[in-house]
Amino acid sequence: MTLLAVDWLLIIEKLVLIAIIVFASLGIALYTTFAERKVAAVLQDRPGPNRAGPFGLLQPFADGLKLIMKEEIIPTSSNKALFVLGPGLAMTAALMTCSVIPWSSHIEIFDRKIDLQIADINIGILYIFGVVSMGVYGMMIGGWASNNKFSLMAALRGASQAISYELAMGLSLIAVLMLSGSLSLKTIVDGQMAAGGYWNIVYQPLGFIIFFVCALAECNRTPFDLPEAENELNFGYHQEYSSMKLGFYLFSEYINMIMSSAVMASLYFGGFDVPFLDESTLAPNIAALIGVAALLTKIAIFIFVFMWIRWTVPRFRYDQLMNLGWKTMIPLALFNMLVTGALILLKAGV
Amino acid sequence: MQALTNRAQEVSRKPMTFMERLYIPSILKGMAITFSHIFKKQPTIRYPEQKREFSPVFRGLHVLNRDEEGRERCTACGLCAVACPAEAITMEAAEREVGQENLYREEKYAAKYEINMLRCIFCGLCEEACPKDAIYLSETFAPANFTRTGFIYGKDHLLIPNPVTEPEAYAAAKGQRN
Repeated sequence: MTLLAVDWLLIIEKLVLIAIIVFASLGIALYTTFAERKVAAVLQDRPGPNRAGPFGLLQPFADGLKLIMKEEIIPTSSNKALFVLGPGLAMTAALMTCSVIPWSSHIEIFDRKIDLQIADINIGILYIFGVVSMGVYGMMIGGWASNNKFSLMAALRGASQAISYELAMGLSLIAVLMLSGSLSLKTIVDGQMAAGGYWNIVYQPLGFIIFFVCALAECNRTPFDLPEAENELNFGYHQEYSSMKLGFYLFSEYINMIMSSAVMASLYFGGFDVPFLDESTLAPNIAALIGVAALLTKIAIFIFVFMWIRWTVPRFRYDQLMNLGWKTMIPLALFNMLVTGALILLKAGV
Repeated sequence: MQALTNRAQEVSRKPMTFMERLYIPSILKGMAITFSHIFKKQPTIRYPEQKREFSPVFRGLHVLNRDEEGRERCTACGLCAVACPAEAITMEAAEREVGQENLYREEKYAAKYEINMLRCIFCGLCEEACPKDAIYLSETFAPANFTRTGFIYGKDHLLIPNPVTEPEAYAAAKGQRN
């Protein structure tokens, strides 16, 4: 039986992990929409949604039900195949990023070591960048296929904004990669967890700020939510969408938010590391659970900051956005990269 | 030119300083302000469970009053309809039969009395016009309805419960009024 040469357990293990992570991120995204409304309400001295279920906890399900029950409209003048492809692509790209994020170390079941990461590929962070830039296609195709000038304008804005800020994001990332010497997220996190090592935020405060601002722009969050500027573009690139296709677009934004928070936590805040706690002294399963909790807490804090910013800062004008991206962020990121490189060389004593 | 108020200020056209161009300090300042609002008291009144207290002179839904023996006070004189600036009130008069003295206070009464709540502006002029204290404006407002005809309130809606047979309902409908 040559078939038995394949490690079937590995395949099952990975499939289970994929299912858990995909459904967990969908569930978290569901409640992120609820959290968004609650945070907005609390920051504005309102109670927020509190009718559906205790404390309004069933509100996201009511929202989802409403979206599903809505009439599905495909405009006659639209490109039907692309119109349907758009939201699917946005959702797929958003969910694919979660495959390389190390959720925790590893658990042991029946002497079998299971890594809590779907794939530890050695180009992890590069993969994330590739998938994230694919998400732009979802927006772009949706805007184009709608055959509506506002959708197209919004999609163009979104695409050019994403491309401009990805540059600065990549440049600020290079400094982190120089520190850790690897593209694998697992190695980057392990480097921060190692005894005597500090989180990357200590070495890269400027890099983190640049990365954070660019992440806001990548997720189309305020103050960079120009693709959805309703006062000038009606509703943005998903203008013509209805029902669950619209839901997919809105949902993929929240998943993107969760994933960028997870990436930021992994790159700069030690991933699943708990400060002042030596994980190696604990039993591996307990350490893994604590790690998951730590990472989720960090993600929750980042998401709160995203929302906090959204309900505080007004939107940039488009030329201000481009000026900030090209004339401020990229030079700063380059400067940060050069200084980091010089310091590393100095320390190495070359 | 002389300034109209002492609050006038010269427009500052000096370019932004470096700190201002950084944006970050002012953004952090704004975020501190929004964060402080988390701890502020919410002015929300959670409506169906909590209700806002109305002032005792609030002019809400009309009530057709009865006297202490439970007889309708209205004599269908039509002064309220004449006084009504929105022409919301219509009525039909009828003569009291023998044996109905315990129902109607005087010889003439309103067989039909309707107020269109969509026309009514709740000015209270009907209350002022009434010589018999038969109509007054209560402390509740007209609830929502699905049809326009549902807003035409007849005697079955307006008449206050009988104080002799249903004293609790009468007291509740009477409210704070004397």
